[in-house]
Amino acid sequence: MTPENALPKEHYLNHGYGWKSWLLTTDHKRIAWLYLVSITLMFFLGGFAAFLIRLQLLTPQGEILRNDTYNKMFTMHGVVMIFFFLIPSIPATLGNFLVPLMVGAKDLAFPKINLISWYIFIIGALYVLWIILSGGLETGWTFYTPYSTSYSTSNVTAATLGVFVLGFSSILTGLNFIVTIHKMRAPGMTWFRMPLLLWALYATSLIQILATPVLAITMVLVAVERFAGVGIFDPALGGDPILYQHMFWFYSHPAVYIMILPGMGVISEVISCFARKRVFGYKFVAVSSLMIAVFGFLVWGHHMYVSGMSPYAGMTFSLISYLVAVPSAVKTFNWTATLYKGSVSYDTPMLYVLGFLGLFMVGGLTGLFLASMGLDQHLHDTYFVIAHFHFIMVGGAVMAYFAGIHFWWPKMTGRMYPEAWGRLSAMILFIGFILTFFPQFILGYMGMPRRYSVYVPEFQTLNVLSTAGSTILAVGYVMPLVYMLWSLKYGEIAPANPWRAKGLEWEATGPIPAWDNFPVTPTVTEDAYNYPQRPVAEIERERAAGRAEGRMPELASGD
Amino acid sequence: MSAHAHNPAVLHHFADAEQQKESATLGMWLFLATEVLLFAGLFLVYTLFRWKVPYVWVKESYLLGITLGGINTAVLICSSLTMALGVHAAQEGKKKALIGWLLATMLLGATFLGVKAIEYHEHWEHHKVPGLNFTYTVPYDNAHPYKVPEQQVFHFLYFCMTGIHGLHMVAGLSILTVIAIMAYRDKFSTTYYTPVEMAGLYWHFVDIVWVFLFPLLYLTGNHYTGGH
Amino acid sequence: MSSAHHVVPLRIYFTIFFLLIVLTGFTVFISKFDFGVMNLPVALSIAIVKATLIMLFFMHVKYSSRLTQLFVLSGFFFMGILFFFTFCDYLTRAWN
Repeated sequence: MTPENALPKEHYLNHGYGWKSWLLTTDHKRIAWLYLVSITLMFFLGGFAAFLIRLQLLTPQGEILRNDTYNKMFTMHGVVMIFFFLIPSIPATLGNFLVPLMVGAKDLAFPKINLISWYIFIIGALYVLWIILSGGLETGWTFYTPYSTSYSTSNVTAATLGVFVLGFSSILTGLNFIVTIHKMRAPGMTWFRMPLLLWALYATSLIQILATPVLAITMVLVAVERFAGVGIFDPALGGDPILYQHMFWFYSHPAVYIMILPGMGVISEVISCFARKRVFGYKFVAVSSLMIAVFGFLVWGHHMYVSGMSPYAGMTFSLISYLVAVPSAVKTFNWTATLYKGSVSYDTPMLYVLGFLGLFMVGGLTGLFLASMGLDQHLHDTYFVIAHFHFIMVGGAVMAYFAGIHFWWPKMTGRMYPEAWGRLSAMILFIGFILTFFPQFILGYMGMPRRYSVYVPEFQTLNVLSTAGSTILAVGYVMPLVYMLWSLKYGEIAPANPWRAKGLEWEATGPIPAWDNFPVTPTVTEDAYNYPQRPVAEIERERAAGRAEGRMPELASGD
Repeated sequence: MSAHAHNPAVLHHFADAEQQKESATLGMWLFLATEVLLFAGLFLVYTLFRWKVPYVWVKESYLLGITLGGINTAVLICSSLTMALGVHAAQEGKKKALIGWLLATMLLGATFLGVKAIEYHEHWEHHKVPGLNFTYTVPYDNAHPYKVPEQQVFHFLYFCMTGIHGLHMVAGLSILTVIAIMAYRDKFSTTYYTPVEMAGLYWHFVDIVWVFLFPLLYLTGNHYTGGH
Repeated sequence: MSSAHHVVPLRIYFTIFFLLIVLTGFTVFISKFDFGVMNLPVALSIAIVKATLIMLFFMHVKYSSRLTQLFVLSGFFFMGILFFFTFCDYLTRAWN
């Protein structure tokens, strides 16, 4: 085709070979790969645990796992998926790769600290994994007291210290991003010219920095309390278990936004590219990320309505929880408005984004049910909660993560993934997801509690549906793993900007970034997503012509 | 690129020394913000229990005494002064003065830890180490003629707070050691002394934590006169 | 950008040091008196003044950029949120 059709001689992936050039690298792009490989392993480990849970729930009496093994499985699923996959997912992989490229810098502000954060992550992860695999942990990912401090015989002390260590990896990543975004933007890159992913990652980093240390100290207190047998959290020893919940959720509620906010950023990037339009209401979408981050700190009590917390505090938390829906809705409406009269094409990343929009909306609206104190009395600790947060975390965050990975894959590897397989997997995932988790809303509404290894027989039909869905979901997750790995070697060589997207990471780096990103520091002269406004019909015509000539459809839109 | 050639202390990914210095300062303050939240958790537990069982807090705090804690407060404030003077010397490019003030700061920091060790030893002898060596005061007082479990919680918090603070002191001493060696090897100049400043910020922060710990732990029971 | 290279006169360091020692003495002195529920606010106010002095002068916050000042405050602001909402719960429990 063109000379574009070969990779450049020098790029970051062939800048050095051998294990040292990877394990001792300070290049943000390679560190992104280190994270990508690690969290992919974690994802499949956590998924394996989930699959065992679903198999157990195929029958009312459960025939696969012993009760305590079941408890260990859902704990492993929760801990691995939340702390080892979702929290680092988009920030540590796509974020690490993209933040310097998007601001037009050569690297993050503190490259060595970036590498250290990966090592901290790996040490913490291996440690907790060893604990989970050797003795197991059956407290649930929430480590609720006094069970965790006084009764559990599993390795709680070690696990909490592992989570403590892990937290610092997250803090250091956030710190790096904030400093980079503040101090390393290329000339002309003003705040309101930044891609929305950067706004989202900035907001995420604020949460990582300000909330994680509270979890860290809480984990230390649990560990020391177990060691010393003193009751800060155990009421039998004069302690206060609700205090634990306050401290735990002060982190863990904002942590939900650590998981979803970066996803929202990815959605903004992809949706504007595939609608060939600037994101509608750019400033509102940008600022809503910060609003979500700040409001996210004020609502943790909605996890505690039935804990014995004061009902007056509950009302306050409930009211503010409704308020969080406002910035989230601002985003959703603006994305929809972006699609309106856009020239939408349905490539794999866009399919994931459309999946996200639907699933996130269901997840978000059911969150409002749970934020209402009265309804929560009924729904608390049922499968309704499980379904709600899986719609947000899996239907939202993971979908967005996959959208992002597909979208930036050409830039990360220099090669295209197979488009047909990508679209197929996106659709399989969507169907599998709905089938797995929608029945759980009904189950929860009917009263099936979470975290039980057995259930009454009338719940079986819906549980079978859910388990069946999870097998489809599993296929949908394994497929991208296979074809992405395949494309590393056999994928078509990608052009420098296969999506004709705007943004420094596409326009100023060449087909695959060089070791220090930019040959010349770029200067930004226009707003983000400055796609030329042209009649849809014209673009469609060109696209059809392109298809007729056998060019890749995404190359055909000649703007 | 020319700026790089002139100043070897500027790393390749920064545009100039100014950007590097501002990044470091911002990064350090962000780190300190996380430290604030780390201690915030401990202070929250402290405040909650003090609100729940004020009489326990007063009496157990009284048992700590104020002499050694008071001496340590003075020592730390002195060390903050010497640290500030060290940064000042670095700004003016006075190598000997810088090393001298750094050593003085380290000496004061070590003194603090020494006094702390004496205190811990006293707590051990008074059976006030939760989990390892703790004896309840029973009857607690006229209003509470039984074992009050929060007695142990106070001392538990005392050890958590001073222990974590102490770990920060140890970390601070290690950092200062590195900085002193760097200063000795002429790594700093009037245009590049960011590491000294950053170490200073950290040291002052640890001092600030103690400024709060001293009244909360030691002085809470200072008005206690026995009886109830 | 003069802020980044601001050299504080030594006189200010010694003044602050003197104030810190005086305030320490004062907080010890005043803790001898029992103000009931006001004990904690009194002790905390003095500690806050001391901490502010250290931050403003020893840590050069007074001479730093707005951005740095903002992040200094943010840590304490979010600490305030933690305390405020936790005590929202405890102070409004009708059965206490």
